[in-house]
Amino acid sequence: MFDLALTGGRRYWSWVVFLLLLMGVGLFFYLQQLQHGLGITGLSRDVSWGIYIAQFTFFVGVAASAVMVVLPYYLHDVRQFGRITILGELLAIAAVTMCMLFIFVDMGQPTRVLNVLLHPTLHSLMFWDMVSLSGYLLINATVAYVMLNAEYKGVPAPGWIKPVILLSIPWAISIHTVTAFLYNGLPGRHLWFTAILAPRFLASAFAAGPALLILLCLLLRRLTSFDAGREAIGKLGVVVAYAMAANIFFLLLELFTALYSQVPDHIHAFEYLFFGLEGEAGLAPLMWGSVVLGVIALVALLVPRLRRNEKILATAAVLVFVSLWLEKGMGMIVGGFVPSPLGAVTPYAPTLPEWAIVAGIWATGGLLITFFYKIVVAVRAAN
Amino acid sequence: MKVTRKDFLRIAAGSVVAAGTGTLVHALSGSAPATAATVGESKQRWGMVIDLRQCRQQGECDQCIRACHQTHNVPEVPNPAHEVKWIWNEPFAKVFPFQQSEYTRQADGGTLPVLCNHCASPSCVRVCPTKATWKRGDGIVMMDYHRCIGCRYCMAACPYGSRSFNYVDPRPHLRQVNPEVPTRSAGVVEKCDFCTARLAKGELPACVEACPQGAMVFGDLNDESSPVRQLLAERYSVQRQPHLGCGPSIFYLV
Repeated sequence: MFDLALTGGRRYWSWVVFLLLLMGVGLFFYLQQLQHGLGITGLSRDVSWGIYIAQFTFFVGVAASAVMVVLPYYLHDVRQFGRITILGELLAIAAVTMCMLFIFVDMGQPTRVLNVLLHPTLHSLMFWDMVSLSGYLLINATVAYVMLNAEYKGVPAPGWIKPVILLSIPWAISIHTVTAFLYNGLPGRHLWFTAILAPRFLASAFAAGPALLILLCLLLRRLTSFDAGREAIGKLGVVVAYAMAANIFFLLLELFTALYSQVPDHIHAFEYLFFGLEGEAGLAPLMWGSVVLGVIALVALLVPRLRRNEKILATAAVLVFVSLWLEKGMGMIVGGFVPSPLGAVTPYAPTLPEWAIVAGIWATGGLLITFFYKIVVAVRAAN
Repeated sequence: MKVTRKDFLRIAAGSVVAAGTGTLVHALSGSAPATAATVGESKQRWGMVIDLRQCRQQGECDQCIRACHQTHNVPEVPNPAHEVKWIWNEPFAKVFPFQQSEYTRQADGGTLPVLCNHCASPSCVRVCPTKATWKRGDGIVMMDYHRCIGCRYCMAACPYGSRSFNYVDPRPHLRQVNPEVPTRSAGVVEKCDFCTARLAKGELPACVEACPQGAMVFGDLNDESSPVRQLLAERYSVQRQPHLGCGPSIFYLV
């Protein structure tokens, strides 16, 4: 079945070669980082996590969002999603792989990373994050392989796979909850020290992930013989609308608590993000950009007449994805380090090597998705 | 027996699962002493009292810093973003941000030394995924530079900013090397260790010994007759961010 990914036209192979080139450039810069240390990044003593960890966080959300097609189909019999559950599960596999790579490139001593298994530490959330992410990868890989293989051979899927699929639903919620726990159990990091961090993460995940899935479905329809169907795409639009509304609502809740209570630590965290402190306002354009794009997208998604227009839906999906990428894939994590425990306001911006490594990991995810979806399209076309 | 490609893949996958299960079993059976490491009780709990009145007498003094950094092979990295420091001076208003208002004395713009607080309930130890940082029975929070994977979770968890990461190879930035203390490699976190090696020899921490005013007093917080306890009984003292519940072992007399 895997050999189906190896048959394609000129356009297909050019795209694959392009992704491989990006991966090669990323690898080149990663080798530089390995040689010189993380000093070649924009990280510092005060801002000690940056775009790697922020992108990790964002893509955990994309991975978890597979539940937004799996749950309606298997628990509520939403048949329109029958054709695309496999796309969600395969997207989850690619996204989890990216997450693991983002964590790996962030390590100062990557050769020692297996110490996490050699000295398992149950009181560290990072241990549980590893457990939940690798479990989620295993579940989705099993489900996707078994379901697609059954389809390929034209036989019904074995009965034992159903409980595994059902297990993937709470497991998806768990991976993003544990990711939020990484941050919100730390004393002195006021931006993250909020009990609604996990719900916020889940809301933004269930908006950004299905938004990406909408775009992938539209792309598949244009480029291949596979059509997810207008109804499935429309339903995904509804999912994104609700999740985006919840996401913006949660942000407003955070702002109310900080601004009305007037507790300085809580205000400073948001003040830095949106207005800057001590003249350093590096993240403010990103955060305002995120808010403006998010609100425009939400309006377009909430009005049924607009949402049903596929061009508008596609635009809104792009806006949602970019908006949340800016907020969660950058601001949310970097903002947690400013001001520092000693009140220092230290700017952070990724360096060229850092961007190249990040692009290399995106390309890896892109290549996985390309291969996976190619197989799906070929299997479906054959039937 | 002919092994097909599919068989080979099955065996390989099975072996990986088996190896993983073995590690997990090992982890679960070995977890009891590991958690005990966070709150190991012993008779002593090392702590420090810093008398700010004495400290201010010297004006722009950095003798404790120089003594510490020379003793422990702490590099002088030129780029401030990559700075490594175990003890350093910070303005009063930064260390105790909400202890004064526009009506109080602005602590005459003075600075004071800050270092690892060797907390009773250290959040850095709680988050470390490899136990590369742990708390000894006598309260000292230690680092194992050979186990640290460089994930910097401890730096995010420390509410005092006491930890430094080696963003670059520190060795070229050492003016002279103290052969009794190991140098570090790039990619690991480090911080003050309360001069564990000196304590073992019955000596005081290097910073305490170097202070020309005797402003830093070191001793056992669990011993009522120790000089630290006597100072804490006589004078008004503060800790950094006590409301966070970490329980710092460093006290400042104001």
